[in-house]
Amino acid sequence: MTKLTRLEKLSILADAAKYDASCASSGGARRDSRETGGIGSTTGMGICHSYAPDGRCISLLKVLMTNMCMFDCTYCINRSSSNVRRAAFTVAEIVDLTLDFYKRNYIEGLFLSSGIVRSPDYTMEQIVEVARSLREDHGFRGYIHLKTIPEGDPELIARAGRYADRLSINIELPQDEAIAALAPEKDGACIRRTMADLGKRIGEARAERQESRKAPAFAPAGQSTQMIVGADNSGDDHMLRTSAAFYRDYGLKRVYYSAFSPIPDASRTLPAQPPPLMREHRLYQADWLLRNYGFSVDEITGTMQGGRLSLDMDPKLAWAVERRDMFPVDVNRAPREMLLRVPGLGAKVVDRLILARRHRRLRLEDVGRLCRVLRKVRPFIVAADWRPTRLIDRADLGTRLAPAQLPLFA
Amino acid sequence: MTAARATLAAADDFAGWRDHARAFLAAGIAPEGVVWDVAGGDAPDLFGIGAMAGPTAPADGEAIRVPRDLLGLLRDALMHSAPHRFALAYRLLWRLRAAPHLHRDPSDPDMIALHGLAKAVRRDIHKMHAFVRFRKIGVVDGREQFAAWFEPDHHIARATAGFFRDRFAGMDWLIVTPEASIAWDGVALREGPGGSRDDVPAEDAVEAEWQAYYASIFNPARLKINMMKREMPVRYWRNLPEAPLIAGLIGDAGRRVGAMVEGGTRSEERLAEIPVAERRFDNLDRLYAALDAEDAPPSPGFSRRVVFGEGPSSAPLMLVGEQPGDQEDEAGRPFVGPAGQLLDQCLAEAGLARDGIFLTNAVKRFKFTERGRRRIHQTPTTGDISHYRWWLAEEVRLVAPKIVVALGATALHALSGRKQALGPVRGAALPWGGRLLLPTVHPSFLLRLPDEQGRAIERGRFVRELRRAVAAI
Repeated sequence: MTKLTRLEKLSILADAAKYDASCASSGGARRDSRETGGIGSTTGMGICHSYAPDGRCISLLKVLMTNMCMFDCTYCINRSSSNVRRAAFTVAEIVDLTLDFYKRNYIEGLFLSSGIVRSPDYTMEQIVEVARSLREDHGFRGYIHLKTIPEGDPELIARAGRYADRLSINIELPQDEAIAALAPEKDGACIRRTMADLGKRIGEARAERQESRKAPAFAPAGQSTQMIVGADNSGDDHMLRTSAAFYRDYGLKRVYYSAFSPIPDASRTLPAQPPPLMREHRLYQADWLLRNYGFSVDEITGTMQGGRLSLDMDPKLAWAVERRDMFPVDVNRAPREMLLRVPGLGAKVVDRLILARRHRRLRLEDVGRLCRVLRKVRPFIVAADWRPTRLIDRADLGTRLAPAQLPLFA
Repeated sequence: MTAARATLAAADDFAGWRDHARAFLAAGIAPEGVVWDVAGGDAPDLFGIGAMAGPTAPADGEAIRVPRDLLGLLRDALMHSAPHRFALAYRLLWRLRAAPHLHRDPSDPDMIALHGLAKAVRRDIHKMHAFVRFRKIGVVDGREQFAAWFEPDHHIARATAGFFRDRFAGMDWLIVTPEASIAWDGVALREGPGGSRDDVPAEDAVEAEWQAYYASIFNPARLKINMMKREMPVRYWRNLPEAPLIAGLIGDAGRRVGAMVEGGTRSEERLAEIPVAERRFDNLDRLYAALDAEDAPPSPGFSRRVVFGEGPSSAPLMLVGEQPGDQEDEAGRPFVGPAGQLLDQCLAEAGLARDGIFLTNAVKRFKFTERGRRRIHQTPTTGDISHYRWWLAEEVRLVAPKIVVALGATALHALSGRKQALGPVRGAALPWGGRLLLPTVHPSFLLRLPDEQGRAIERGRFVRELRRAVAAI
């Protein structure tokens, strides 16, 4: 085989990495390169340097060290039985490529993952070495996200946390039986154990940093994971319960949902057709309600039919239509928690309403100026000059409001 | 009332606006009486009237306190390109005297307008942080030098200098915009006049790799063009090296997805026809007798001894290895060396007894080179494999197993008739001339792995594949 150029390797190894949904470069400490004399900064905000025609943000150089893998996970394009072209970067090649891209302002940093070659420990060592070299040899202060390999030595994972902003381990499937069936080399219990361990280390490091700014950082942007939607028969209820447990027990920053995407040379045990992208979108919306709107997982699963979120209606609207007894909500008096439950009112709008109502009694017109789509909000609120006497009682309320949502996401 | 005119030094001259505004407030000049413009033109006011009213220090005690959160908002909003921004900002200060909490009311129309300007400016700054693309000029005194051309919507160039300095401290850089240029040399930030696209290099070698990355990271199964355009508006595209690829990627997406959904049913093609034996034998004993009597090694380096298969002559499961090794050659039996012992253990773990299985090799003699007193294994050539291929086929026909397990790439090559990678077909029970063929690794592969952790993983997988073979019987 002739030697591949850096460009050829990049094409193969970026292609192999694109099924990881995460490209976030946000969270974590603010820092810059003025003290290291190298390059790189993080503002805590994250920057999307480009967008691909799939609508996804390109923030990080997202590549694999190698797409060779001794694991044979059915849903994965890089599984050992897949017929894709294989390539491997050296540590130096990835370090140089990251710096070359960063200096041209293409990226915020690196998201490095890898197929498992030779052994989990060997692979993890290579990943950690890239991060070490960037930080120590080149004074790189940009963002680093490392995929950790749960089967690896905990000491290696600890080293990874010292260099990385974020660590992640993909659970991929919410139920351990599905992991055993589709990813025979992986072990759900082992993944959870490693996540728990990471969560503990991240929490401890954060507490120590609050005591002393000199305490060493450990993955300051936290940990995340990813679940594949539609590769097995797991329902949305399984997925959200798994996510809720991750947020609660391991302090995860984010759970990503990735609609199973047809991959080249797919295993025939998988569905060839992808699930609707809308299902993935609804999971993200429901996840958002869990994290930022004070919804409990039971409230959301209570609106599901057959373990699935409605595709026609966003989960907040679905909940509101079921719980009409909670509405209408008075925008001039209701507490923040209740305003957050009004379909069509986001957290920013709610905060503006609360500020604005200190100055005047809000009329429907005032609400209209602050929110995006008044038509959607109207049936659920009371304002100084507005009371939705009939709308809220209509049996077809959900369908009257929902169709207008569809084109937004189509 | 006398109309007052304020001429600011530049379109982003916040300090100038502030000084004028203070003076006007102190003088009690109402917003309707002020005309704002920018020296050299921002958006020239065609109806310019009145006398110059230069900034004067506000009278003592009249100094107006602008709340800190409003000041930040004004700073951002005044970088906007809308000509009415100065007047709007002054009107807010004027109204603030009577309504000190005005700026906290998000539903006030002037505040909504100011928030709107500030938001657009912050977005433009954010997009400049994101979409500036440096090109390398060269290296001077060990420092790399880069330059970029960028066209912002608003008067934000100078406001971004600190961000780029903090981020790119270790390199020299220059960003040229139509209105101003900013630069960093490792010591100080400098500002200069605006320029043109020709002030920066026309290309950069790394751009080809960036384009390759952009094309590869795109998932054609999830086309969302509007989403891309909302976040990366088309007006920025002319300065983005990746943008020329977009049309082609979109155009080709449907075809690529179609190919993926249809693909994946090609494994049968990987199995060629089973060779028809030139001669047929009645039983294995006769076959082996003929093999022993007639076979001449196909190439140099082979042992003189032929090692036959062994096991029940009607076993439902047949395992085919590569060739006998040193110990097999000595003993005249297949799978008795280290690999054979490992195979026995794995068979036991998979719930199989060795004596219920037929074991043989694709190549019937040990091929080696001598190094001192040791005989080192040599991989058989394609010629060697095809030489023994019909003997093997005849062995399979006589034993008539339900499933044949190919141990390693040589066995797979011999059985399938095609030299091919094991990875893509490993562990799959493939239909093969009325039987099943299940390719997996050779146990000697497990012995060669350098790492105990890796060995345990591969061994677990090998045992699972043997179990799958049993289940297929």
